[in-house]
Formats: sequence, C-alpha cells, structure tokens
Amino acid sequence: MLYIKCPWCGERDETEYHYGGEAHIVRPENPDELTDAEWAEYVFMRTNTKGVHRERWVHSDGCRRWFNVARNTVTNEIVSVYKTGEKPDLPEAVTTKPAPAKKAAAKKAPVKKKEGA
Amino acid sequence: MSRFSIFSLARNAMSWHQNWPRQWRSPDPKPEYDVVIIGAGGHGLATAYYLAKEHGITNVAVIEKGWLGGGNTGRNTTIVRSNYLWDESGLFYENAMKLWENLSQELNYNVMFSQRGVLNLAHNLGDVRESIRRVNANNLNGIDAEWLNAEQVKEFCPIINISKDSRYPVMGATLQRRGGTARHDAVAWGYARGADDMGVDVIQNCEVQGLMIDNGTVKGVRTSLGDIKAKKVAMACAGHTSVVADMAGIRLPIESHPLQALVSEPMKPVIDCVVMSNAVHVYVSQSDKGELVMGAGIDAYVGYSQRGSLHVIEDQLGSAMELFPLFSRTRMMRSWGGIVDTCPDASPIVGKTPVKNLYVNAGWGTGGFKATPGAGWCYAHTIAKDEPHDLNAAFSIDRFITGALVDEHGAAGVAH
Ligand SMILES: Cc1cc2nc3c(=O)[nH]c(=O)nc-3n(C[C@H](O)[C@H](O)[C@H](O)COP(=O)(O)OP(=O)(O)OC[C@H]3O[C@@H](n4cnc5c(N)ncnc54)[C@H](O)[C@@H]3O)c2cc1C
Repeated sequence: MLYIKCPWCGERDETEYHYGGEAHIVRPENPDELTDAEWAEYVFMRTNTKGVHRERWVHSDGCRRWFNVARNTVTNEIVSVYKTGEKPDLPEAVTTKPAPAKKAAAKKAPVKKKEGA
Repeated sequence: MSRFSIFSLARNAMSWHQNWPRQWRSPDPKPEYDVVIIGAGGHGLATAYYLAKEHGITNVAVIEKGWLGGGNTGRNTTIVRSNYLWDESGLFYENAMKLWENLSQELNYNVMFSQRGVLNLAHNLGDVRESIRRVNANNLNGIDAEWLNAEQVKEFCPIINISKDSRYPVMGATLQRRGGTARHDAVAWGYARGADDMGVDVIQNCEVQGLMIDNGTVKGVRTSLGDIKAKKVAMACAGHTSVVADMAGIRLPIESHPLQALVSEPMKPVIDCVVMSNAVHVYVSQSDKGELVMGAGIDAYVGYSQRGSLHVIEDQLGSAMELFPLFSRTRMMRSWGGIVDTCPDASPIVGKTPVKNLYVNAGWGTGGFKATPGAGWCYAHTIAKDEPHDLNAAFSIDRFITGALVDEHGAAGVAH
C-alpha cells in the first residue's frame, strides 16, 4: 500500500485516492487539424516509464482534488508531489539515484535510453 | 532428446531417476542469428518452437534476462478458455484451445492440461445480458459455450453460495466445458525442450539493453553478454515491452501494472472446476496438490515492482468469502505478483512495428497464458513471412490509429 501526501490534506493511505494515469498529457488545441496518428498518440500512446513516472491522483475520499505525483515505478518511492498546473524539475539525483534494494535495475535505466536508436 | 514414455520411465526407475539427461542446453550466444526473440516466457519459447517446427527456421536464439518461465508465465493462475466475444478474438483463442488439446502429445511433455470447465459468473442484469450475448456469439463461431441459471451453477459447483441476499448475488454463469487449467511451468519447459531439440539456443541470464538499428531496420541486439547480430528481432517480453520498444523509439498503447495471485494451504478436493467473476475480481481453482489458486485484480497504478498492494488482496478475499463461505478458515500460504502489459481495448498486439524486421507480441495483460500456443504459432508465422497470419491480422498496432479496436473488456475484464 502506498502512502501518498495530498498537497492539501497531508499523508493518507492509498485507499483514499484514485489513480488518474500519466500526467501532463495536454488535450490538443487544434482538434480539427489532427491526423489519425496524432489522435492515437493523444488518446492511446503512453510512456509507461520504468523509473520515475509523473502521474495524476485524486483524493477521492478526502478533499476530492486532483494533483500530481512523481513516483518511482520500480521501488514505489514517491519523489515529489505537486499541484495541478505545476511541473517542477525533478532533482537529477532522483532520476538516476539507484534505490538501495534495486541497485541494478535503477542504474541500468539511463544506459538503456542512450543505447536506443 | 530422450523421449518420455512408460519405457523410459521404467528404465530410469532402475537407477532411482538419477540419470535423466538435461532437458535443454545452456549455450553461449553465437555472434549472429536469423531470429532473436527477446523474452523466454511461454510466448517467446512457443514462438521459437513453431519457427523451427512449422517454418524450418532453426538458427534462433531466445534471450532471457532472468530464468526461463520466470516472468508472468510462472506467476499466473493458469486459466485457459476461448470464450471471447468478437470474431477476431474468438477465432484466435479457439485456435490456441485446439493446440492446447493436443499439446502434451505434441511436446511429449505433460503440461497437465485439465479441461475441467470454466464458469464466468453474472451478478447483475448487465452481466446476464452480456454473458448470454457472448454465449450466442461463441456458438456462432463454433466455440462451446452454455448459459447456466443460478440453480444450474450450484449443481455444477456445489460449494458456491447462490443466496439472493448476498452483496453480489449469483444470477447465472457462462460455462465453457472445454476450458480449464494447465501447469504453467511445464508449458515453458516443454516448449524450451522442444525448441532446443530442433537447434534453438535458449540463453538465460542475458538482458537485452539496446537494439541496433540502421536506417529504420533492426540489425541486432545489445545484451549484457555483448552484441548479437540478427536478421530479425522479435519482442516477447510482456511487462517490459514498453522499455524494450523505447530502445527503438517506438511508442505503444501499453501500460504495465502489478497483478497478484495467491495460494492457500493444501486441502481436500472441494472445487473441481474454475470459477471466475469479473464483477468482483475473483477467480478460483484447486491445484492437484489441493491448494486453492486465486487471482486478484490489478493495481491501478503503473508499476514494475512485481508486488502489489495488500488492499487489492483484501478486496478479492472478501468477495471470495461471500461466494464460498466454506473458505473462511482457510489459511493462505503464498502470494506474489507479476507485471502485466495492459492494452486499452483488452486485446493483444501481435504483428509488425514501424522498424523493419522488428516484431512485437505484447499487450496480453492479465490473460495471455491461455493464448501461449496460439500466440506462438501466429507470431512465428508473422516473423517467418514478414506478414501476419489471418488469425492475428486484426491485432496490429495500427488499429489504434484506424480505430478498429477489438474491445474485449466484457470477456476479459480483469479476471482472466
Ligand atoms: C498473477 C497473474 C495471474 C494471471 N492469470 C492468468 C490466467 O489465469 N490465465 C491467463 O490466460 N493469463 C493469466 N495471466 C497473464 C499471463 O501470465 C501472461 O499474459 C502470459 O504468461 C505472458 O506470457 P509471456 O511469455 O508473454 O510473458 P512472460 O512470461 O512474462 O515472459 C517475458 C519474459 O521476458 C523477459 N524480459 C523482459 N525484458 C527483457 C530484456 N530486456 N531482455 C531479456 N529478457 C527480458 C522477462 O524476464 C520474462 O521472462 C496472469 C498473470 C499474472 C501476473
């Protein structure tokens, strides 16, 4: 079970919240001009990050407000919680720092990125 | 390959079963292959097997970062059925079912396929209508399916509680008598042994960390054991598909989630069929050892941790308790999680990618074990011919652009 710190109510159990998927996917401003492929990108394609993932949560059994969380999808460590409309940079250390138990997995992530063509 | 038979069993009994040969080799990777398959789960191994058997392509490596069958293949609740709604899926899964029915003979390996019957419960009017519609659709496609009312459900599975007062009353169920379970490890082992015998290299403890791509064509893989060239590269890496596809700059409509299952202490036989309920996220069967095997729902969030939250299991056991009050004193022995690759329309992706000679088999989510033989068979065809078979043509990445989705949320839900 995750413990998530709502920006308004403080730390609560995961069961008080609902997950809202990947954050910062912006609805296209020019819908009539979009190709089918661009619509597919907006509606269906997801980053599915192994590592620090920015995602939306709603405190449905609390203040019922939406906010964003940056969470490591391998260790479940929550590295940042911030309000809708914000997008703070994550400290470099957070995205590359190997988590104690999962050293190998966390370390490899950036290497893979570089090698991808 | 030494074949298993009553005679080889008797012969080996003489030496206390201590002289059985190894079932497959552990070769070092060669510098180049015709086909490299990423991921030695059931799907990757079945693909290698059918590439060799059906298409004569034997210069093949299956590369696995852990041990073979250690992914979702060795973590699932082993339910096999083919009662999907749409023609595309119905025919696809039915082809797999037919392969299941002969798989132990085909592989000369006992995969313990047990056609004990699968019930899918309906708890409300919407469920009832959807279920009856699906039974009719299945029958039109020549797939066995029956609708049972609540009393008939009780007759088929006597320990089920059909009281009208329960929170989610049982209003009936679909029954596929040819559905059932199989031994998941044996499926991976059987395919590995068969493929190895035809010359396929199964390379374990070797992680693919990059793809070599030149001018839009894949040329090989970069692994923890060095670079390996390949004429064709095929992904079969389930929960990690997005990670590997990202190495080729390909974006997919897939999200990975933890999915959990658990088994109880062994007990006397109490349930001789499979019971599934999409609405309350429970699926139960009893293993030959007597353990109750139960699956839960997925955790809502994206996750690569191979473990889920406890409240998901609590919910699932609460529902199980209501359906089977008899289980209330049963102790649970183990629980675990897998990383499932879910697609927005609850159907898989099996086909080509925008990169030439790179193929994808993924998006099986919570229900790809049942597809293992069929997926391997179609995927091998797709790789060998560089075009999909009729049976998997509908399951392309393009469907998310054209809109020709194959929506199987009713048949699939989360409970598989
Ligand atoms: C708890 C649970 C219950 C389930 N219950 C059912 C069920 O009852 N019925 C059903 O039909 N389905 C069920 N499923 C789904 C089913 O298990 C999967 O869809 C199916 O097993 C997927 O097979 P696979 O071979 O594609 O994947 P896997 O067996 O996961 O194989 C993928 C392999 O790829 C490897 N890999 C990943 N990345 C790399 C890399 N970079 N380099 C090298 N190797 C890599 C992994 O280590 C893994 O071994 C369940 C799943 C879970 C988790």
